[in-house]
Amino acid sequence: MSLVRHLKTALLAAALALAGLQAAQAQAAKPQEQFFPLQSYRVGPYAAGGTGFFGGFIDYLNLVNTRDGGVGGVKLTWEEGETQYEVERGVEVYERLKTRPGIAAWNPLSVGIAYALIDRVTADKVPLLTINHGRTDTTDGRVFKYIFPLLVNPYSETSGIVNYLGTKAGGIDQLKGKKIVVLYHGSPYGKETIPIYELLAKQYGFTVQQIEVPHPGNEQQSQWLTIRRAKPDFVVLRGWGVMNPVALKTAQKTGFPADRIVGNIWSNSEEDVIPAGDAAKGYVAITSVAPGTQYPVLQDIVKTVYDAGKGNLQDKKRIGSVYHNLGVLNGILNVEAIRIAQAKFGKRTLTGDEVRWGLENLKIDEARAAALGAKGLFHSIHVTWDNHEGDGRVAFQQWDGTQWKVVSDWIAPDWKLLRPIIEKSSLAYAKEKNVKVRQSIDD
Amino acid sequence: MATPTLQPGTPRTLWPLWATPAIALALAYGVVPLLATDYVFDALLIPFLALSLAAVGLNLLTGYAGQLSLGSAAFMAVGAYAAYNFQLRVEGLPLLAAMALGGVAATVVGVVFGLPSLRLRGFYLAVSTLAAQFFVQWALTKFGWFSNHNPSGVIDAPPIAVAGVAFDAPTGRYLFALTVVAVLTALVWRVTRTPTGHHFIAVRDNELAARVIGVPVLRAKLLAFALSSFVIGVAGVLWGFVYLRTVEPAGFNLDRSFQILFIVIIGGLATLRGAFLGAALIVVFPLLLSRLGSLLLGQWFDSGVLELCQRIALGAIIVGFLIAEPRGLAALWERAVARLQRTRPPPPQGA
Repeated sequence: MSLVRHLKTALLAAALALAGLQAAQAQAAKPQEQFFPLQSYRVGPYAAGGTGFFGGFIDYLNLVNTRDGGVGGVKLTWEEGETQYEVERGVEVYERLKTRPGIAAWNPLSVGIAYALIDRVTADKVPLLTINHGRTDTTDGRVFKYIFPLLVNPYSETSGIVNYLGTKAGGIDQLKGKKIVVLYHGSPYGKETIPIYELLAKQYGFTVQQIEVPHPGNEQQSQWLTIRRAKPDFVVLRGWGVMNPVALKTAQKTGFPADRIVGNIWSNSEEDVIPAGDAAKGYVAITSVAPGTQYPVLQDIVKTVYDAGKGNLQDKKRIGSVYHNLGVLNGILNVEAIRIAQAKFGKRTLTGDEVRWGLENLKIDEARAAALGAKGLFHSIHVTWDNHEGDGRVAFQQWDGTQWKVVSDWIAPDWKLLRPIIEKSSLAYAKEKNVKVRQSIDD
Repeated sequence: MATPTLQPGTPRTLWPLWATPAIALALAYGVVPLLATDYVFDALLIPFLALSLAAVGLNLLTGYAGQLSLGSAAFMAVGAYAAYNFQLRVEGLPLLAAMALGGVAATVVGVVFGLPSLRLRGFYLAVSTLAAQFFVQWALTKFGWFSNHNPSGVIDAPPIAVAGVAFDAPTGRYLFALTVVAVLTALVWRVTRTPTGHHFIAVRDNELAARVIGVPVLRAKLLAFALSSFVIGVAGVLWGFVYLRTVEPAGFNLDRSFQILFIVIIGGLATLRGAFLGAALIVVFPLLLSRLGSLLLGQWFDSGVLELCQRIALGAIIVGFLIAEPRGLAALWERAVARLQRTRPPPPQGA
């Protein structure tokens, strides 16, 4: 009895000592490090997106550390906290990791978590990146100083999809009288584009019917029966995670052809189509990042990171998949913002506010993208202090049964049409929350 | 009326009844604010308090009055959205008034969905309260007015301030939540000791017998739904305004209802202490476990593997607890205290 008790005490003491030691190590401020707190999700219904995206992000940070010795001599560090895509978990991770020194930026890859963090990052003066997603009106940097929906916000994505459907119909004016069904995920992310589809429908004279699929999206029989009754010309799939393969399979069962379904930016990955099998053949989806491993930066990652056994993806076949490449691209944008900010503030650990300045001066044209080994991986980006999206272009890709093939040029969404709507919304937010509207980058 | 059999939660301890809550409150007000960090406030204590309060509310309904409900998260959502809309649409309405009105709105919805309890019992009632769960989420999604026409259905919480004093720092938000929880818990405790509370227990133990001895059964049932929904509604406001500071309908889904029900069952039915112990186990303990796991093993496993291990561990612990004491953590606590007292020398009277 007493032996057991002693053993227990000893074990407990050892565990506590070890925990204390590691905590002490973590607490010790190390100079010249830039820290990325990662609110990742590797379990739960959206694990495919989480492992791919955060895997790619970590792979790129690893590449920069190994190949270049960091950014300007500053090492990149990170730590993951599991969120399962749940808002309260994301908040917990934020509160846990926000005291770390040298935080560069937050990259939650979840609209729900991003919403919960807007007030918090603004108070803490650290940027929050929502690449390809997020709250649309955060594009207005005059109001949302620390939030960056980089490359494509939900409205641009919607405009891009409608433009593409216009070309498929034989000209945007041919959309008149057509019928489009939008099947959307029952979450803040899924609902974000409801008003913009209504607006574009009025603008171009098509009718739109928007149908919700409850989270996570395993059940869609009744939705597709409604679609079959409605007989639409196109279905836009605004899905996420398991909802997408289920949608494609259910579409096949109800006899709706895959090539008349157009996926949005979070319905465009291998993980969305491979589980659907041949039901996905011919399916088209929008993208801001091209799939494949032929780009030099991906080759570097394979050579420098994976061949050294430091790769983050467990399944090497996923290298070059859409989510993985998006993670790599997210790494490029973060790292370039740090590089640009270092040019102004010096090659040292930057504060969150300095990284925010770097993001507001983030300009990667096609030449710079090529120099980074990312020519063709994405088009370009030009962020300014009042435009936090950055004029990114989109392309369309089609699934041929084994891989994605890009089937369009890089096209521009209708930013002129969208900007006034965004400003109306952001100014309303500024009024509700008493936020001062910035007049210049220095405000 | 106050015979011991009607008070299953009364601890058989040597110190007076008020001692444990008094010590807990003294610690919560006096010691915790000095020791805790922002992380402990924002990620552990505030959600713990909000869900404890929701569990107190559900315990009144399920533990005391014996009405099984799976609609708790819906009543939380009603409270949060109603408080938001009162705050938004009534110029100059104080936050506390908005919270109370949110609770009142939850009460109204709670009574409406409590009506089937007049005809249904047990699992049948639980399934009918599911209707509240689905209906509320549907309504909040369907009608943009509830979320002030925010396209994604997400609303931002107003700043926390009472009579011009801001409670926006983590400590302030904690103290605010703590006060609300303490006051409402005290009220609920008081209710359980009134004739109304005894009616609840009588209805729970044997509805027919209760009717025979003259307990107004229908009134007791609806009153239980009303009081419970009010408390749960205010807990929803705390969850949305004080903890997350953003509210979306999907945050109040069936999972949350189950979570609250599990807190009540694991903590111990018909004891208020159980609500707090259960919330500690369901809300705080997994976070501590996952932090300990990532500190000790984080270098060897990725966060996903750790998360799954932590779930297995938590599941095993819950099963272990329930085998050791099916009446919940509160009973376990009581037994531990009783054992502690047995090992001491007997009191002078030799009792």
